[in-house]
Amino acid sequence: MNSGGHYDVAIIGAGLSGLAAGIRLAHFGRRVCIFERHNAVGGLNGFYSLGGRKYDVGLHAVTNYVPSGVKGSPLGKILRQLRIDRDEFALCTQKGSRVAFGPTGGASLRFSNDFGLLESEVARLFPGQSDGFGAIARFVREAPAVGQGAGRSARAFIRSKADDPLLEDMLLCPLMFYGSASEEDMDLAQFAIMFRAVYLEGFARPAEGVRLILRVLLDKYRAAGGERRMKCGVRSIVERDGKAAALVLDSGEEISATHILSSIGSAETEALLGRRPPPERRLGYVETIAVLRETPSALGLGDDTIVFFNDCERFTYRNPEGQVDLRSGIICCPNNFEYGEGRGPPEGLLRITCLANYDAWAGLARERYIADKARCFDLIQDSALRFLPPAAPGALARSTVATDMFTPATVERYTGHIRGAIYGSPAKVRDGRTALSNLYVCGTDQGMLGIVGAMLGGIMMANSHILKA
Amino acid sequence: MTNEYCKKVILDIIADIAPDEDLSNVKPDVRLRDQLQLDSMDFLDIVMELRKRHGIEVPEADYTRLASLDSCAEYLTPKFNALAAKS
Repeated sequence: MNSGGHYDVAIIGAGLSGLAAGIRLAHFGRRVCIFERHNAVGGLNGFYSLGGRKYDVGLHAVTNYVPSGVKGSPLGKILRQLRIDRDEFALCTQKGSRVAFGPTGGASLRFSNDFGLLESEVARLFPGQSDGFGAIARFVREAPAVGQGAGRSARAFIRSKADDPLLEDMLLCPLMFYGSASEEDMDLAQFAIMFRAVYLEGFARPAEGVRLILRVLLDKYRAAGGERRMKCGVRSIVERDGKAAALVLDSGEEISATHILSSIGSAETEALLGRRPPPERRLGYVETIAVLRETPSALGLGDDTIVFFNDCERFTYRNPEGQVDLRSGIICCPNNFEYGEGRGPPEGLLRITCLANYDAWAGLARERYIADKARCFDLIQDSALRFLPPAAPGALARSTVATDMFTPATVERYTGHIRGAIYGSPAKVRDGRTALSNLYVCGTDQGMLGIVGAMLGGIMMANSHILKA
Repeated sequence: MTNEYCKKVILDIIADIAPDEDLSNVKPDVRLRDQLQLDSMDFLDIVMELRKRHGIEVPEADYTRLASLDSCAEYLTPKFNALAAKS
C-alpha cells in the first residue's frame, strides 16, 4: 500500500524535541509531518488521565529556568527560536530545594534559583571548599559550547577542584538524578549542562504542569502549518543507497520524506532499520504519585520543592540489585512553587522517584506486578519521608485520595524507550548524525536534557541539518 | 527601495525573533552583535525570515554583510531593487 504523500521532513515521535523541530521546520515553509504511535503528545514528558485526574509523566520541574532579562540562556534561546512569548509558559519559580544526605538527612545543602544560596550553603557545610566549588562553577559558566569536556570524568574533574567526597556526591546527586544515563560517573560535558540547568539557573513550573507547555507547542506547530498523525507509529525505515528512502507505518502505509528526524532514541532508531545494536546498561526509575486532599505543606511535610536524598555514606547511582533502590531518590512536591494565592494545582501532590531495575519489573505476571507495585509504593514513601519534616502519624495516608505508580516497564510500554530508560542511551550522539545521510536523531540520545534541553536539541538538529543545508 | 526601508525590514525581523531586545536606540554603524544579544542562531533566523517574508536569498558566504544596519542596507537595497524591477 502506498497512499502517503511526500514530506520535506518526517519526524518520528511527538515529544518535546520532535515538536520543537517541527515548529522550526513548518515555520520556514517545510512540509513536515510528525508521526506518533501513542494517542497523546509529550513522549517522556507527557501526561495521562486516570480516574478523572490528569497526571504528568516526566516533569517534576522545568530546569534551566531564568527570569526575563537574562541573556544567552537556553530558555531564552528556545523562546526566540520557537517565537514563544515567555508569558505563554506561565512559569512559576520554585520555593527552594535540598540535597539531604545521611540516615535522616542530617547533612543538608539547600539551593534555589539564586545561586548565592548554594554558595553560602557550601561555605557553611564544607569550610575550605568554597574556592574549589567556585572553580567548578566558573568552568561551567565559561564552557563556551555544548560538548565542552566530552569524554572526561565529572568525578575526576570535581576531585581536582574540591577534595571532599561528601561534597562531590552531594553536588552530583541531583545532576545524576535529573539527567544522567551513565552509572556511577557523569561525562563532564553532561555535568556542565546539568550544573547550569539545576544550580546556575533553576526550577520553575506552570501551575497546570507539562500540559500547558505541550499545548503551546501544539498551537505553534498547527499555526505554522505542521501536520501530525497520532496513533500512527513507524514500524520500519526503508534504507536505500545509504539513505532513508521511506517510512513504513504500523498500518503498512509507506511515507517518503527528504529528511527524517527521529526523536525515539539511537538504538530505537537503529531497530527501525532492522539492526540490532548491542545491549547497553540503561537506568530505569520507579515513581510513586500520591494525590492528597491537603497540600504537603498543610500536612506538615514542609515547603521543599524538590529533595534529593541519600541515606548512605556514598551516593550510588547504578542499576539496583533488587526491584528498587530505596537508599536514595527524589521527592517532588509540585505544590511548592510560587504560584500566587489560590493558583496552584487543585490538589496536593507528592511524587517520589527511585532507581529501579528493569529486569525485575518487566515480564512479571500481572498479579505479581500489581502486588509488587503496591508493596514498593509503601517502601518508597516510607524511605523518602525520613527526609521531610514529620507529618502527624497517619496524616498522609488519611489525606491520600488517589495513588499511581510507574515502573521501567510502564515507561517502555508507553514511550518505546528500550528498558524504560528515561535518559536514554549512555552513548550520546551530539551532532545527531546516523549512518544514513538524511536520517538524524534528536532528543534524549542527542544529550540534551530536561524539557528545555529537549526543545533546544530538536531546534539545533532542525537548524543545522535541514534549514541551513 | 531605500536604505531606510531595508533597515526597517531588518529591525522588524529582529523585533519578531528577539522581542526581549530594546531596539529603540540601535546605532546603524555599530555591529548588531555588539549592541544586541544576538547569536548565530538569531542571525540564521534573520536570513531565513528575509527569504520567507521578502524572497531575498543571502548565501552563507555573505552573512558577514549583515553585521550592522548600515551594512545590511548597503547589501540588501540592490537586492530589493532587483526584485522590485522583476515584478
